[in-house]
Amino acid sequence: MISDNQYINVDTILNRYGNKKSSLIAVLQEIQNEYKYLPEDVLEYVSRKMDITPSKIFSVATFYENFSLDPKGKYIIKICDGTACHVRKSIPILNALRKELALSEKKHTTDDMLFTLETVSCLGACGLAPVITINDKVYAKMTPESAIQVLQNIREEESK
Amino acid sequence: MKGSMLIDGQRVEFNDEKHILEVIRKAGIDLPTFCYHSELSVYGACRMCMVEDKWGGTVASCSTPPKDGMEIYTNTAKLKKHRKMILELILSNHDRDCTVCEKNGRCKLQELAIRFGVKQVRFEEEKKDLMVDDSSTSIVRNPNKCILCGDCVRMCEEVQGVGVLGFAYRGSKIQVTTAFNKQMDHVNCVNCGQCRTVCPTGALVIKKDMERAWDALYDKNKRVIAQVAPAVRVALGEEFGLEPGEITMGKIVAALRKMGFDQVYDTGLAADLTVMEESEEFKKHLELNGTLPLFTSCCPAWFKYAEQKYPELLEHISSCRSPQQMFGAVIKEQFRKVKESDSKENVVIAIMPCTAKKYEAARPEYRNNGEYDVDMVITTQELAMMIKEQGIIFNELEEESLDMPFGLASGAGIIFGVSGGVAEAVLRHCVSEKTPGSLKDLAFVGVRGLDGVKEAYVELEGKEIKIAVVHGLKNAEKLIKSIQSGEKNYDFVEVMACPGGCIGGAGQPIPQSVQVRSQRAKGIYSADNSSPIKRSEENPTIIALYNGMLRGNHKLLHRPKTL
Ligand code: SF4
Ligand code: SF4
Ligand code: FES
Repeated sequence: MISDNQYINVDTILNRYGNKKSSLIAVLQEIQNEYKYLPEDVLEYVSRKMDITPSKIFSVATFYENFSLDPKGKYIIKICDGTACHVRKSIPILNALRKELALSEKKHTTDDMLFTLETVSCLGACGLAPVITINDKVYAKMTPESAIQVLQNIREEESK
Repeated sequence: MKGSMLIDGQRVEFNDEKHILEVIRKAGIDLPTFCYHSELSVYGACRMCMVEDKWGGTVASCSTPPKDGMEIYTNTAKLKKHRKMILELILSNHDRDCTVCEKNGRCKLQELAIRFGVKQVRFEEEKKDLMVDDSSTSIVRNPNKCILCGDCVRMCEEVQGVGVLGFAYRGSKIQVTTAFNKQMDHVNCVNCGQCRTVCPTGALVIKKDMERAWDALYDKNKRVIAQVAPAVRVALGEEFGLEPGEITMGKIVAALRKMGFDQVYDTGLAADLTVMEESEEFKKHLELNGTLPLFTSCCPAWFKYAEQKYPELLEHISSCRSPQQMFGAVIKEQFRKVKESDSKENVVIAIMPCTAKKYEAARPEYRNNGEYDVDMVITTQELAMMIKEQGIIFNELEEESLDMPFGLASGAGIIFGVSGGVAEAVLRHCVSEKTPGSLKDLAFVGVRGLDGVKEAYVELEGKEIKIAVVHGLKNAEKLIKSIQSGEKNYDFVEVMACPGGCIGGAGQPIPQSVQVRSQRAKGIYSADNSSPIKRSEENPTIIALYNGMLRGNHKLLHRPKTL
C-alpha cells in the first residue's frame, strides 16, 4: 500500500474543496496542473478521500478531452487545427513536427519525455493563424520551418 | 396517482405505477426493453420501449409517467420499424458468434432479434476487438458483446454499493469497463455476480466450472462428493419449466447419481453446524456486552466487501466459516481415512446458488496440503446445463434420498437459503423455550420477508436482543453507517449480499424478480415446515459429529487466518 503522506499536495487541493463530491472536475483539473496528467495512484487516493468510486473518477477523466491519463512531456505543444488555422495550412506544420519528433497520430509524447504534441480545435487567436502554443506561450503565423526552429531553440536551451 | 388510460384500444386502470411501461406490462403486453429493470433506477437509453401517442408522437414508456385519459399504442408499423432499426444498429457492432456464445439461447438480444424478424443487418459491420476478461473466479466479462445498456453499472452501484463497473470514454469509443481498464480480479469486485443477472447479452456471464466437474466425474480414481445448498432445490426446477419455489431435492439427488456423483449431501447440515458455533459466539458476545453487534459470516461477497471497505468491522464478524467451507473441511476429514485405504482422491463439489462461492472456495487459506476443502463450485444454472448435457429428462426422474449421515439437515439449516434465515435459525437455538409455539413466534418477530432492511426484537434470558437483517450490500452499508454514527445499535446483524438472500444468488436461473424470489422463499419455508427436525441441536448427525470428529476440535469450523 502506498503511504498516504506522499500526497500532501493532493491533500491541499482536496482541502480547498472540502472533499465535496460535486467538485470532482475542479479537483481533477488542479491535479492535472500539478502533475501535468492524472496519475493512476493519485486518482485512487482521491477516490478514497472523496468517497467516489474509482470507476466514476475514471468515467469523468476519460470523458473530457482535456484530461490525460498518460504522462506528458515537459513541453506541451498545442497546434491549432481550427478552421482558420486549417485553411492557413496548419496540417503541414503538424506533419513536420511529428516527423521531427518521431511522433504519430497514436504516439503523442517523445520517449525522452521532453515534448508532447497535441492538436486543438481553436485557440481563439484566429487573427494570428496558424498558431501553436508551447506551455501556454503563443507562437503566431507559423510555418513548418519556423516551428522546427522553435523546437531547436528549446532543445538548445535544455542541453545547456 | 390513480386513473385509467387506453393501451392499444384497451382500457387499463393504474394506481401507483410510476411509468407507462409498468401499466403496459400489467395489461399483459410484453413490451421489449433492454435498459429497464424494476429494481434499478430508470436510465432510458435503449429506446426499445418507445410507444406512440394518438397524435403519432413517440415517448419512452419506461421514463414517462402515466396520465389519466392517455391513449397510447405499443405496436404500430412505425414502432416496429424503429425497434428493428435499433436491433440492427446494436448488431452492427456486436460480436455475433452466437453458436459458441455462453448466452446462446438465453440472450435477450438474440431473442428480440428473432422476435422482430431481423434477417439482415443493413449497416456496415464494425467489430470491436476488446480484451475478454476471465481473470475473476466468478464472472467473465466480454466487452465485445456489451450493448451499453448500463444495467450492470446500476446494479453494482445502486444495489451493491460497490461500483466497480462504469462508463468510460465517449462517443463511438464509449465502453462499460472497470477503472483504468483493470482486470476484474484487480478491482474491488465482490464476485456477487448480480451484474450478470441483469446483463441482457453474453457480455457478463458466470465463469463455468462444468468441464472440471465432468473431468472429475469421469475419473475412476476419484470419489466425487456433492454438497447441495438449500437455495438450489427451490430454483433448479425453473430451468425445466417448473414454478419457482417448487422443491426438487429428490430429483436433484437422482440426477446427480446418474451423472456419477458417489455421495450426495446437504449443505444444510453444515448450516446446522454454523448455527451451533455462531450461537455460542453470540452468547459469549452478549456476556461480554460488546458495543458493536456480531455480524454473520456466511456470505463471501459480504465478507470480501467488509475486508475492503470496513476492515475495522472484521473483529465483529463471526469467526465461523461459511457452511460451504465447514462442510468441505468436515467431509475431507471424514473421508481422509477412506482415501488412505482405497487410494481414491476425494473431490468435493459444492452446488451453489452463488458465484461468490467460487471465489470463496479458491481463497488461499482454504488450501491444506495442496488440497482445497472445496474443490470446485457449480452454480444452479451450471447444474441445469450439465443435467441437460447428460440427456437426463429431469421432470421424469424418480425422487431419491440423500446419502446419510451428511444428507440430514434440520429446518433451521434449510432456511439459511433466504434472507432472515440465519438470524431465525440462531434464535431457534438460543431461546430456551423449545415448543412449537415458540417456533411460530420466532417466525413472526420480523426477520422474514423481502424488505431490504428488517429489524426485530427478541427476549433472550430476560434481556432484549436487537436484531437487524439486511440484504444487498448498499443496504448493509447504510446500516453500518447508522451503527457507526451511533444512531442505531444492534446485537446481531445478518448480512447477505444478494437480493432476498441466497435464493436470489447470481448462480440461480434468470430472470429474477421480486415475484420469483418470493416464490422461492415460500419454497424454502415449506421445506422447513415439512422437515421433522426444526432445530440444529436436534439433528442426530450434528450430535454425532460433536461427540466424534469435532470433540474438542472446532478448528474445522472456524476461519483459518487469512492469507
Ligand atoms: S460481481 Fe457484484 S461486485 Fe462484481 S462487478 Fe458484478 S455486481 Fe459488481
Ligand atoms: S455488460 Fe451487459 S449489462 Fe453491462 S452495459 Fe454491457 S450489455 Fe448492459
Ligand atoms: S427500456 Fe426504456 S429506454 Fe431502455
